[in-house]
Amino acid sequence: MKWIQRQKYFLDFTLSSLLRRKGKHLSLLVVYTLIVFLLGSVMLFAGAVRKTAVDVLTDGPEMTVQRIIAGRHDFIPLQYIEPIQKIRGVRTVRPRLWGYHFHPASGANYTLMAAPDFEYGPDQVIVGAGVVRSWSGIAEDRLYLVGFDGRAHLLKIVETLDSGVDLAAADLILMSASTFRDITGVPEGYAADLAVEIRNPRECATIAEKVVRLFPETRPILKSEILRTYAAVFDWRSGYVVVLLAGSVLAFFIFAWDRAVGLSAEERGEIGVLRAVGWDVSDILILKWWEGGVVSLTAFFLGMIGAYFHVFLASAPLFAHALKGWAVLYPELHLYPDPNPYEIGALFFLTVVPFGFVTLIPAWKAAVTDPVSVMR
Amino acid sequence: MWMNPAVLALIVGGILACIAAGYGARLGIAILPNWNLTSGSERQLAMERKTYLASALLGWVMMFEFLSLFMFVHTADHLHDLFVGAMCAAGTLTVNAYGYPALILKILNAVLCGLWVLINHADTRAPDYPLIRVKYTAVLIIAALSVMEIGLQLGYWMHLDPNVITSCCGTLFSTDRQTLAGDLAHLPPVGTMMVFFASLVGVVGMALWFYRTGRGAGVLAVMSGWFFILALISILSFISVYIYQLPTHHCPFCLLQREYGYIGYPLYVSLFIGGIAGMGIGLLNRFKEIDSLTEVIPQMQHRLCLTVLIGFALFGTIAVYPILFSDFRLIGY
Repeated sequence: MKWIQRQKYFLDFTLSSLLRRKGKHLSLLVVYTLIVFLLGSVMLFAGAVRKTAVDVLTDGPEMTVQRIIAGRHDFIPLQYIEPIQKIRGVRTVRPRLWGYHFHPASGANYTLMAAPDFEYGPDQVIVGAGVVRSWSGIAEDRLYLVGFDGRAHLLKIVETLDSGVDLAAADLILMSASTFRDITGVPEGYAADLAVEIRNPRECATIAEKVVRLFPETRPILKSEILRTYAAVFDWRSGYVVVLLAGSVLAFFIFAWDRAVGLSAEERGEIGVLRAVGWDVSDILILKWWEGGVVSLTAFFLGMIGAYFHVFLASAPLFAHALKGWAVLYPELHLYPDPNPYEIGALFFLTVVPFGFVTLIPAWKAAVTDPVSVMR
Repeated sequence: MWMNPAVLALIVGGILACIAAGYGARLGIAILPNWNLTSGSERQLAMERKTYLASALLGWVMMFEFLSLFMFVHTADHLHDLFVGAMCAAGTLTVNAYGYPALILKILNAVLCGLWVLINHADTRAPDYPLIRVKYTAVLIIAALSVMEIGLQLGYWMHLDPNVITSCCGTLFSTDRQTLAGDLAHLPPVGTMMVFFASLVGVVGMALWFYRTGRGAGVLAVMSGWFFILALISILSFISVYIYQLPTHHCPFCLLQREYGYIGYPLYVSLFIGGIAGMGIGLLNRFKEIDSLTEVIPQMQHRLCLTVLIGFALFGTIAVYPILFSDFRLIGY
C-alpha cells in the first residue's frame, strides 16, 4: 500500500510538472499521436479487410474446378460434372456461369453472373450497389449492354443488392443463364467453372488430386488456399506499409530523444532542487519514467481512437488504395470493427516499447546531473 | 523474411533489448575487476552513476522479455492461417527448426530477467551495493542469451516458408506421437492430476509456513521451480483438455485464443509470477547473511511469499474451475 501511495505522489508531481510545460510536451504528444494513428490505421485496416474477405468466402464452395487450356482459363464442359460428382466425399457439383464485361463509358469492369435460381425473367437483372453508382448513362433503371456479337441488350434492373456484402457484390450484375449466354456467347453445355461442395473439408486435398487424375487439364482451387492467400496478401501489405513508414517512425524517435536530451535551464534547475532536497537518482528516474508513461499512454490511446474512427467510420481514405488494390469501380467498403489484442499489442510494441527505450538514457542523464553545478 | 507489423515490432524490440543488455554487459566488464566502494575516485563515482542506467535499461529489458514472450506466441498464432495444416501457434512454430528453441529461450530469458530484477532491487536497497558482482555476472549471461534469442528469432522469421505443410496441434500433441510433447500429453491424467494437486497443496502449504515462520526458503524455492515445470506439463496433460472439453486436444497455445476467452493469459501470467517469486525467495536467501541485507531480504521475501501465494492460488483456481464445474469428465477416456 505504501508503494502505491508513493507512486501516486510521483504521478501527481509528474502531471503538475507536465501541465506547467504544456507547450513543450504538446508538440511531442501531437507527433506521437500522429505516428500511432498512422501505424494503427494500417494495422486495423489490414486486419478488418482480412476478416471481411474471410467472412465473404466462408459461404463459398470448398473447391472450385477450372479448366485450363494452354495456361489460360477456359470454359469447362458440363459433362465433367458427373464423374466429379461420383468421387466419394463430394456432396454437390454446381456449374457456375460468370464473366466480365467492360463498359467503355464508365471505364470499369463488371462481373456478369448467372444466378442458379433466378426468379426474374429474361433481360431482367439484379445489380450490386456499385453498378448503380458508377454506370454512366444509366437511365430509368435500365442498363444498356453491347453483347459479344455487337447486338445491343437493354436490361431492366429489378433489384439492387444490399451494400452490406459490398466487397464481393459491388460490381455484380446477376441474370438468368439464358440472358448470360445471350450476352457473352458462352455456348450451351459449358460453364465458367464448377463449384464443388465437399462433406468433410479434410478430404479436400485428396478429392482435388482425384479431380486432376480424372481431368488433367483442370485446376482445382481450394477455399483454404484462397483464404491463405488473402491472409498472406494483407499481412504482407501491412508489413510493407509499416516498413515505408519506418523513416517517419525513426524521425519521431530521434525527435523524442532530442526533446528528452535538450532540457531547459528551468528543468535542470528543477531536477537540481529535487536532488538538493533529498531526492535520489532513482527517484528522478521514476519521475521521468512516469513522465514518459503519461505521454506515451495518452498518445497511444488518442492515436488508437483516431485510427479506429479513420478505419471504421471513414473507411480509411488515407490507406485504402495502397492496401486493398484499386480500380475505377471499387466497392464502398464498410469495415466492421473487430478490435483484437493482436493488433493493439503489435502497435504497442511498435510505438510505446521503443519510446520507453529512447527516453531512458536522456532520463538517466538528467537524473545524474550534479545539483550543485546546476544551481550555481 | 515474413513482413508483418508484429514481426517487425518483435525484431526491433529484440535488437533494442540486445543493445540494452549489451550496454549492461559492457558496464559489467568494467565493474567486475574495478569496483571499490571505499574509493572516492572519479572512475568509481562514474561507475556508481552508471549502475542506475544499467538498472533502468535492464528493467526495460525485463519488461520487454515478459511482454514479448506473449507477443511472440500470439504472433505465431496469428500467422497460422498461412501454413497448410497449422491451426494455432503449435503448428506455426514447427514450420522450421528455430521456432521452439526461440520460444524456450524466451521463457528462460523472461525467468532470468525476473530473478535479476529481484536481485537488483535488493542490491539497490542496501547502501554498499553488496550484490554488484553477482548482478553484473548475471547481466553477462542475460546479454549472451538475448543475442542468442534474437538470432533464433531472426532465423525463425526469415525461414518462414508458407509452402511447408506443418502439423496442427491435434497431431503434435496427440497421444499417438512419439515426441516429447506427445509423451508429456500422454501422461496418465489421474496420476498427473494427483501429483499436480499434491504439489500445489505442498507449495501453497510451504509458502504459508514460510510466510509465518520465515523458515524453509530453500525448500520453497525448489518446490516453486518444480511446480512451475510441473504446471507446464499439467497444462499439456489435463488442464488444457478440461478447458477445451475435448479429450484429445492437449494444446498449450489454443488457450490464448479468443474462443477460450483468452484464459491462457491469466493462467500463464499467474504461473510465471508465482514461479519467479518463489525461485526468487530461495535466491535471495543465499545473500541474507550479508550485513547490509539482513533486514532488506526478509522483508522482500515476505512480500514475495505473498506473491507466490496469490500467483499459485490464482493458477490453481483457473486450473481447477473447469474440472469441478464443467460437465466434462476426462477420467474414463
